[in-house]
Parts: sequence; C-alpha cells; structure tokens
Amino acid sequence: MSRTWETPGGVHPPENKSQSMTQSIGHLPIPGTLVIPLHQHIGSPSKIDVTIGQTVLKGQTLTTVTNSNNLPVHASTSGTVIAIDDQPVAHPSGLTAPCVTIASDGRDQWIEHAGITDFRRCGPLDLLQIITDAGIAGMGGAGFPSATKLSPSKDKAIDTLIINATECEPYITADDAAMREKAQDLIQGIEIVCHILNDPKRVVIGIEDNKPQAIKALRPYIQESSIEIVPFPTKYPSGGEKQLIYILTGREVPSGGLPIDLGMVCLNIGTLIAIKRAVIDGEPLISRITTVTGEACGVNRNYEVLIGTPISHLLTHNEFDENNCSRLIMGGPMMGFSLTSTDVPVVKTTNCILAPGHSEIPADTPAQACIRCGLCAEACPVSLLPQQLFWYAQAKDQERLEAHNLFDCIECGACSYVCPSNIPLVQHYRNSKGEIRKANIDKIDADNARQRFEFRKLRLEQADEQRQAKREARRLVTEQARATSNTSQPGSSAADIIAAAQQRVITKQASPEQQKAKFERAVLAAQSRLQEAEKRLIEATTNGSKQQQTICSASVESARQKVDQAQYRLRELTE
Amino acid sequence: MQLVLLSTLPGFLALSYQFGWGTFINLIIAVVTSLIAESAMLALRNRPIAFYLKDYSAAVTAVLLALALPPLAPWWVVVVGSLFAIVVAKQLYGGIGYNPFNPAMVGYVVLLISFPIEMTSWITPISLLPEGVTHPGLWESLSIVFAGNTPIDGVTGATPLDLFKHSNGLVVDQIYQNEALFSQASFAGVGWEWVNVGFLIGGLILLKTRIFTWHGPLAMLGTLALMSILFWDGGSSDSPGSPIMHLFSGASMMGAFFILTDPVSSAVSNRGRLIYGALIGLLVYVIRAWGNYPDAMAFAVLLANFAAPFIDNYTLPRTYGHTDRRKATEKQEEE
Repeated sequence: MSRTWETPGGVHPPENKSQSMTQSIGHLPIPGTLVIPLHQHIGSPSKIDVTIGQTVLKGQTLTTVTNSNNLPVHASTSGTVIAIDDQPVAHPSGLTAPCVTIASDGRDQWIEHAGITDFRRCGPLDLLQIITDAGIAGMGGAGFPSATKLSPSKDKAIDTLIINATECEPYITADDAAMREKAQDLIQGIEIVCHILNDPKRVVIGIEDNKPQAIKALRPYIQESSIEIVPFPTKYPSGGEKQLIYILTGREVPSGGLPIDLGMVCLNIGTLIAIKRAVIDGEPLISRITTVTGEACGVNRNYEVLIGTPISHLLTHNEFDENNCSRLIMGGPMMGFSLTSTDVPVVKTTNCILAPGHSEIPADTPAQACIRCGLCAEACPVSLLPQQLFWYAQAKDQERLEAHNLFDCIECGACSYVCPSNIPLVQHYRNSKGEIRKANIDKIDADNARQRFEFRKLRLEQADEQRQAKREARRLVTEQARATSNTSQPGSSAADIIAAAQQRVITKQASPEQQKAKFERAVLAAQSRLQEAEKRLIEATTNGSKQQQTICSASVESARQKVDQAQYRLRELTE
Repeated sequence: MQLVLLSTLPGFLALSYQFGWGTFINLIIAVVTSLIAESAMLALRNRPIAFYLKDYSAAVTAVLLALALPPLAPWWVVVVGSLFAIVVAKQLYGGIGYNPFNPAMVGYVVLLISFPIEMTSWITPISLLPEGVTHPGLWESLSIVFAGNTPIDGVTGATPLDLFKHSNGLVVDQIYQNEALFSQASFAGVGWEWVNVGFLIGGLILLKTRIFTWHGPLAMLGTLALMSILFWDGGSSDSPGSPIMHLFSGASMMGAFFILTDPVSSAVSNRGRLIYGALIGLLVYVIRAWGNYPDAMAFAVLLANFAAPFIDNYTLPRTYGHTDRRKATEKQEEE
C-alpha cells in the first residue's frame, strides 16, 4: 500500500452520511419547468443561442461558446423555452443571474447524439473538444472547466492523476453512491483521462476510510490496471485539493499556484463519470447526483437530478417539513451556504441539499469575544493563525492580513467549527479577501491615473523647455546683433547706453496728446484698482480673519501709491 | 471557563486545609467584588451584562487572584486587587479578549507593590502550628479580615521561598535541618508542596480536557527545573534551592497551569507558547534567585505578556504551500 502523509489540523465533525445511503440512487419525475443558469462554471458566460418559444430537445445546446474559458449549457429535457431572463440562482447573497427557463413537454426526447466507440483512436485534442462541448466543469464545488485542466501545456507535463473520492464534508454521499453504483463508468472516465494525458505515471484514487463499500465496489475494476486506491483516515477537510495532494504525495502546491505546477491534476468522481458519458455515450452534462438529506426531509437519499431542477421540486418529493427546518443549505454544513429561496435550480456543482432540523443545526448563536484560545490555529489545515487573521480583519489591517497569508485560507470552516465563542471566522476572511481584491483593483486604477498625470506633466515640461530654448536662442541672436551695432558706435559706456535707450523710448512714443491720454488712462485704472482694494478691506474687516485684513490693507496701501505715482507722472507731463 | 473554575478545586482545598478559612473568605470577597465591578463597567460601556457575565471570565480572574493572596489578608486588600484587575487591567482595555496583561496578575502586583506588609504575611501551615494553637475558626477569621483584629502569635510565618531568600550564610543542609518548614516536609516544603500538588492535579485535568495545550506549562516548568539544576551548586550557602523545592513552592504549579495558560495575554502559536512559557520559567527563577522578591510568578507573567506580541511576530507557523516562515511585520514584496 502506498504511503500517506498527514495534514496538520483538521476536525472530526459528526459524519451523518449513513442516513442518505440506505437506498440506491433514485430518479425523480421530470419537473414542469427547469431553470438553467447560463453561468455555472469559473470563466465567462457563453452566448445565448435560443429564442423564447423555441422548442428544444434533451441535450440540445442553449448557448454558443465564444472563447476558450466558456462552457456551453444544455437543455436537460425536451420542451419549450418560455423565458430568458434573470432568475434567483444558488449564491450566498441570493443574487439573480441570466437563466433559460424551459417548460418540459414530459416526453424527455433526446437530441440525436452518438458516442465514440473506441476513444483510444481519438487524439487528446478531439477528446478535450468533446469534453468542452459537453459543458463539463469540476463537479466537486469550484466548477473549473475540466478541459482547461486537462489541456496539454508545453512546459508542464502531467505525470500524476489524482482522483478525489474523499468527500470529506459531513452529510454528502453523492460521490460515495456514484462509486458504489457506477464504478464501471468511473473507471472508463479515468481511462479516457489517462489517454488524454498520455498515460501519466501514477493514477491514484484518494478515498477516506469511511467508505469501505465504495472501495470494495471499485476493486474488481482495477485489478488489471495500474490505478491505485489509497484509503486514508477520515478527517475534515482532507478532500480539499491541496490537502489531498499532500496526503497522497507529501508535496505541497506552492502558494498561489496550481496542482499542475507539481505535474499533477486532480479530478472529482462526478466529473469523471460525466467525461465517460460525454465521450462514450455522447451525452452532455445535463444531470448530476445530488444528496437530499437532513432531518427536515422525510426521505434522505441520493438522486440523479436534471440540471435546472428547482430545489422545491426535490423537497416536495422528499417529504420536506418546512416547520422543522432550521435553514436550507446548498452543499455541506461546513462549506455550504444558506439558500434564501427554494426556487433556485440545481446546477453542475450542487452536490447536496441539506435541510437540517432545528435540533440538528440550531440557529446561529451570537458571537462572543475572541479569547485567543488558539483552538482555531490547531484546527487549521494550512497552518494559519485564524485568531490573528480575525483580529486584523476587524482592524482592516490589509498589510498584516496578507503577511499572515490570508490568501492561503481555503475557507474550509474548521476554525469556525471549533471556535468556543461561535465567531463566524470564515465570513470575516471572505469579506477581507474581497476588500483586499477591491483595494488592489483600486490601486491599479490609481497607479494608472498617476502615470497618466505624470506623463502629462512631463510632456508640458518638455514643451516649456522647448519654448525656453527658442526664447534663449532668439535672445542670443538679438544680443549678438546689438553687440555688433554697439561696437560700431564710439563711447559705449553705461550712461551712453541708458541715454540711447531713453532716446529710443522717446522716439517710439507718439505725440504728447497721445502720451497724456495714456497717463490719464493709467490714473483711472489705478484709481479703480484702489477702490476695489478698499472694498475688499471693508469686507475683510467685517468678516475676515486678521491675516486677511493685513493683506488687504497692504494692497490698499500699494494701490494708493500707484495712484499717486500715476497722477505725479500726469502732472509732470502737463506742466 | 466553568471547567477552569472546577479545576482550581484541588488547589483550593489544599490551601484551605493547610492555612484555614482565609482563602475561602478571600474567594468570596474577590468574586463578589469582581462581579459587581464587571457589571458596573459593562453597564458604563453599554454592553449586555448578563451575556458577558455568563462567560465566567470575571469569576475566573477573581478566583485566581483570591488563591494567590495570603489567607486572612484584610478585606480591603482583596477588594482593591479585584477592582484593579477587573476595572483597569480588563475592562479599560476593552473587556475580555482585549487585555494585553493577565488581569489577576496585574491586581496581584499592584497589591504586592502597594501593601508589601499585608501581602507577605502568610499563615503557618497546619502541621507546624505551635502546641495548643489552631488556625482561627470561621468567625474569628472574619473578624481578622473585616475588623482588623490581629491573629494570635504563631499563626503567621514564613514561606519556604522566604526562608531561602533570608537565610544568608547557611548552607542548604543547615536550613533543611534547622527549619521545621523543611525538616518536616515530605519532599519540598511543609504545606506548600501539597498546595502545588493540588494545582498540578487541576492543571492535568485541564490538559486532559484540552482546555489548553501542553506547550506553555511544560516549557515553563521545564525551564524552571533546568535553571534550578544548573544553579543548584550542591547546597552551598549561596544556593538558590533545589529543583524540587522550586517546582513545588510558591506559585509554580498554579502559575504554570492557571496563570500563563490565559490565552488572551499569551503568545498565540504553539511554537510561540513554548518560548513564552520558557521565558516565564526563566524569569521566575532569575527573580527568585537574584531578585528582591521571594516569589516571582506575577512579575514573570507580566513581563512575558509584554513580550508576547514580539514572540508572535517571529513564530508564525509555516503555511501550506510556502517554503519558509514569515515574520508578521514583513512587508509583501512588490511584484
């Protein structure tokens, strides 16, 4: 058996997995309407391709892919498009997003489709195209487009394929059920991915030891192959991609990096089964296995659910008792989020609908002060100091938050789980991450603005310098000219120069009448300036500061002197 | 917190058996004063009173202070200490979770510096009382505490650490022979050894229930033991005493398990707590051996409280995916 490594921290919440494993995977009647969000993966949404009133068949694409980080969505059953608009979707903040609503016709009629009989004859790129066209995104939770993950890259060869069968969140059994009942599909999916990756050196299924039946179900299929099954002790959150990689290989994904940096790729059970269906059966991703569980549901079971099925449809078919439900959670109790409405649809990443009773998961108790007990630091699987992060999150000290590696937090919720003061730590971290991201964007904007401003300043300065240089050049030219004329004249003493200048001024001046008129204008202008200054002084004395008064009285004084000077000059001229 | 209170029981019982009713009276005065002070401060700060009283933190502070004070101390000593601990050391800094210093130890140090006489007159352990003298009964104890009556001769006496501090010129063997405190002791010093054993038991219960980790207490006791082994010069007249005596005298066990484990004022990471505990152990020994005070737990803890943020700065754990540890004040490199 392969060696495993142990991650630091972790918690052991009650598993609560047996309730939903008493029955096999069930099927529900087709709901009357399906709401299919256009954006169910990480990346940009694709472009809508149907119109209202159009009839669609099961498996028909509803959108076209416009760029490489797009994924299409498909009609999950046959029927008519009745609306294309914003609908509430599964989101912690209860946001709405563009969706296609289909009224099903009940016939569930497939579009013509065909799989590939021998995928080994296809090149990796063709297979990746099929995976993209089938709209397959990571079904464990993040929704990263699978084809992008598997795309070959020149400098990063993949030598390890890790299959994440951990399913460490309490209550959720979707992957467990899939392994028990669809082991063959899973193995075929793995074989397809191995073919795409050009047979990686190591293929390993990482699974917690609380799923012995799943391990037993898989064993017969891997006898002949090189696929390893590596069970390891159950501990939350071993199913985090980074944690699983460490457990299985003892290596750590560098901070800010991806598993591919270590030559590894990690895929979820549901994703591999979807890949098998896309390639071998030619079926796009239009359904998934979802656990419906919790005390408020009379029936706890896994279902093969069509994407777009409203949560209310799941609940009504599971004897949901609204009065006994403390909250409705999409995902597990650790990382899931509360739903505000039962109208939201199941999407590609919906692995669980949890409807706990009041005693099962009680309503939030008010948070008390952090006493820095350090239980959170012991529970943290990535060795952060959650209490310090909380402290700095409250202080909004972004520098310290980053120095304490806030962005390495995987938001697993182990710290909140152990906190004796019931502090919702993860919410604080999510909030701080958002604030820092926004601050970084703002900083880039500000940097750009500053660069623009500095460039403008530089440009103006350069223009100014050019003008100065021209002026200087002109001055030199005139000086030289003057120097040549002066040297031709005798007796070029300072007095002579002044006399010559005065002479030039006088010759430039027009008749005495004109001169008189000019001086009179000067007197008038000076007088009006004086009046202006006096007015300001009065204003300043009534309601200005002392400093303003001094400034104003000084300007009045200088204006008065200028009037005197102008009058003196005028008198000189007339006398 | 309730568990912490319960775990002080062995230590409390040992103190009461050895020194009479005084500790019990201290406890009542301290708890009542602290709860009133806490309520008043919370009311002034417009905080929900019942919500915060229910966390038992004020009660824990009061109990720890009461256990540290000499039995039969005048009532106002206990009141002043409790008030200072709750009002100044805790609430003025923002209440639970925000106090940089251990409130009980702040209260204790204020009393030790302000009222040295009251704070250093300890009671004689029960087995060393002179012929015909008993510890005062409950009624008599109350009159001593509240009315200021003086207890009869022989009821008060020195502690083992006092004896060592003030026994210049005697080699250790002589002290051990001459002083009943040691000659009649089982292993460390009459009375005190059992008080320390009591707190050790309580501490081990808390350790077992994972209220705190082993790092701080073990580092503190380990360092104290190491220091006393290093400087135990075979028992000359300059010797500061044997390792066993240091571990089982004064506030060693109470400090290790009940004082330095206060999470609010200690270092935060496990590595940090090792350093923090070791620093306290070192300071306790240094002050006991070469300082002016016979015991040093309160001073050592407060000094280490000062150092806690500094220790934190250099003891960040290595986060997943990082190749080295960071310092908290280290700036992110510009990318």
